[in-house]
Amino acid sequence: MNHIKEKGMKAVFLIAACASVLAVFLICIFLFASGVPAIGKIGPFKFLFGTTWRPSNEIFGILPMIVASIYVTGGAILFGVPIALFTSVFMARYCPKKIYGPLKSGIELMAGVPSIVYGFFGLVLIVPLIRETFGGTGSSMLAASLLLGLMILPTIIGVTESAIRSVPESYYEGSLALGATKERSIFRVILPAAKSGILAGVVLGIGRAIGETMAVVMVAGNQPRMPEGILKGVRTMTANIVTEMGYATGLHREALIATAVVLFVFILIINVSLSLLNRRAEHAD
Amino acid sequence: MQIDTTAMVEQTENKKKRNSVSFGGQMKSYVLHPGSGILAFLTTLAAIVTFALLFFLIGYILVKGIPYLSADLFSPEYTSENVSLVPSLINTFIMTVISLAIAAPLGIFAAIYLVEYAKKGSKFVNVIRLTAETLSGIPSIVYGLFGMLFFVTTLKWGMSILSGAFTMVIMILPLIMRTAEEALKSVPDSYREASFGLGAGKLRTIFKVVLPSAVPGILAGIILAIGRVVGETAALIYTAGTVAAVPDSIMGSGRTLALHMYVLSSEGLHMNQASATAVVILVFVLVINALSSFVAKRIAKG
Repeated sequence: MNHIKEKGMKAVFLIAACASVLAVFLICIFLFASGVPAIGKIGPFKFLFGTTWRPSNEIFGILPMIVASIYVTGGAILFGVPIALFTSVFMARYCPKKIYGPLKSGIELMAGVPSIVYGFFGLVLIVPLIRETFGGTGSSMLAASLLLGLMILPTIIGVTESAIRSVPESYYEGSLALGATKERSIFRVILPAAKSGILAGVVLGIGRAIGETMAVVMVAGNQPRMPEGILKGVRTMTANIVTEMGYATGLHREALIATAVVLFVFILIINVSLSLLNRRAEHAD
Repeated sequence: MQIDTTAMVEQTENKKKRNSVSFGGQMKSYVLHPGSGILAFLTTLAAIVTFALLFFLIGYILVKGIPYLSADLFSPEYTSENVSLVPSLINTFIMTVISLAIAAPLGIFAAIYLVEYAKKGSKFVNVIRLTAETLSGIPSIVYGLFGMLFFVTTLKWGMSILSGAFTMVIMILPLIMRTAEEALKSVPDSYREASFGLGAGKLRTIFKVVLPSAVPGILAGIILAIGRVVGETAALIYTAGTVAAVPDSIMGSGRTLALHMYVLSSEGLHMNQASATAVVILVFVLVINALSSFVAKRIAKG
């Protein structure tokens, strides 16, 4: 009796462990099966490199959205990475022990704030601020980049801080002993040694930024045209899906799913490079 | 992304003490090496900017929203004049309970398999790890689209709480799996050996010895998962739908709190109520975070 129970529960645990494999499998099957035929119907070249998105005329070119996603993510990296990098150096090497606990909880809280709340913050504060300072509507690539730059801070800080901490202390001591200042030791010795881990943090941040939906929808302006300037509205791939899925039918609907396929491929590429980086970071130890 | 750095912090702190320089000496060195001074300044500045932004974000949401937290907002019925958040609050609760009821056992069992049964470094384990990592990197809108294609259309569940909850299950599964795995791994092997030595079977050891000692870690992960469900919007908009009422059964559509806030702010007619809803969500998130770190601290002590 006991024997059967042991075997039975082992099977239950095994099945539970397979759930994530099944989920990834189903997601791939359903997305690709519904999206890829649409790309075929529209024509892969027209779909990926077409600069016009006009569903009412059955013209589906998503290049503007791809470019917008890349630009907005690039902007977020530009704003977010320097601040995140210096903050993680502060957390790992400068922070007085007394305030470390509260600050760490603060970073975790920052990661836990839902994207809808960030989006709302962007909508009521960043957008009007840009409107008053630079003119235009305010809903723009700049607003989206600033907001995403803020949103990816906790992700990058968390990973980078632990990468910096995992560098052996002897590196730092050796550098000090050679007469280098604290800063020189940190920025010329520790950071290069933690390179792979830091890069992994940045890549993780890129993944977050490119996949972010709600916050971007609320501040980016949503015009499906080629990006014309940082103060003009754009529409990212994620925003394209979420704004039009509600009423899309037929080929239009399939084209939106195909947009998700393209996004998914981007994410897969990011994931693969992330696991390669992590492997390198592990080997470096 | 949560990384346990407490042990690492202890280590470096101790070493830092040895390498510390007096404040005056530090300042003198900055005068001699202005480049180092600038870097030290930038580092501190960046940290100040980060935490100022966090305080400003929370403060702004609270200040903007609290004045609009009226009694009307908490009336039991949603009408087009009075956009009460109570139905969506109840939906959020139902959604969280259903998705946790499925995802928690699934994630914990999967973690048990990975830690207690699987051979270290086997191909199968690598595949599971890889898929879990992939899942945690997928954007929520892709989950939403998949939920719409699979649960809503293929399984014909329609836009419903159930479809939404199952989409959430897939989304929070990697989080629960990872935290449960960490928690199980941190249980010392001597516990297991002692239990085996007393003649307990593997199953008994897992359920009576290993799991109870791993509870705080597992709980911290589950609490974080609750936070994800409460804050999720993009994955629910086309799976759970946006009906502003509590449905008669879980096969009916209903919006959660975060969706309620999105609909209000995108319509643009009830911005004040939207900011009040933001306060409610933010308070939830604050409580959930505090709870999670409180529970996690107990593992560090225990």
